[in-house]
Amino acid sequence: MARKKLTIIATKGSLDWAYPPFILASTAAALDYEVQIFFTFYGLQLLKKELDLKVTPLGNPGMPMPGGMERFMPVLLTAMPFMQRIMTTMMKAKMKKKGVASIEDLRALCQEAEVKLIACQMTVDLFDLKHADFIDGVEFGGAATFFEYAGESDICLYI
Amino acid sequence: MAHDQELDASGLNCPLPILRAKKTLNAMASGQVLHIIATDSGSVRDFDAFAKQTGNELLESREEPENSTT
Repeated sequence: MARKKLTIIATKGSLDWAYPPFILASTAAALDYEVQIFFTFYGLQLLKKELDLKVTPLGNPGMPMPGGMERFMPVLLTAMPFMQRIMTTMMKAKMKKKGVASIEDLRALCQEAEVKLIACQMTVDLFDLKHADFIDGVEFGGAATFFEYAGESDICLYI
Repeated sequence: MAHDQELDASGLNCPLPILRAKKTLNAMASGQVLHIIATDSGSVRDFDAFAKQTGNELLESREEPENSTT
């Protein structure tokens, strides 16, 4: 039986949105899918050697905060200095406590499972990034490269 | 149940129990039995789905009360 194929487009570069692509890709690989993730725009952050991913309560009304703070905290307060850093630190601590894998670990598991990681060359150039900024094993390509694989895939997700 | 290998995925959350199981199964021979312990409450359903999709037979699956030691 031919292996099923999964293609994911990862467009977001925050800590929370880093999870869906890597969780789904690694799990699909464990289910014997061939998997490719195409990283574009802010999704490129997920491929950097040094990850510095953050989560923000700003413009994120669905984000629960410790002690139910989100119910009475004025929106403007979520834009205060250090808010992003504080929420990121708290989120990371919570994830660790609950046994949620780190993005670094999930990414390594994806690579181990031969998930193909493609960085969009146009956005790499747009943001003046260098190939050396990215982890080893990343391939670079454009929209046609994406369709070469996506056109044959059974599932295609835009994240 | 008699098993050839045991995997303790306690404390790990989705998708790690599945990924560890896959890795362990890769190193096992066909016909051998793997016993997995997980505390992620989504695991019961997830392992059922994993077995169906990978052709591994799920011999037995059960939930135990919280803080039970077996």
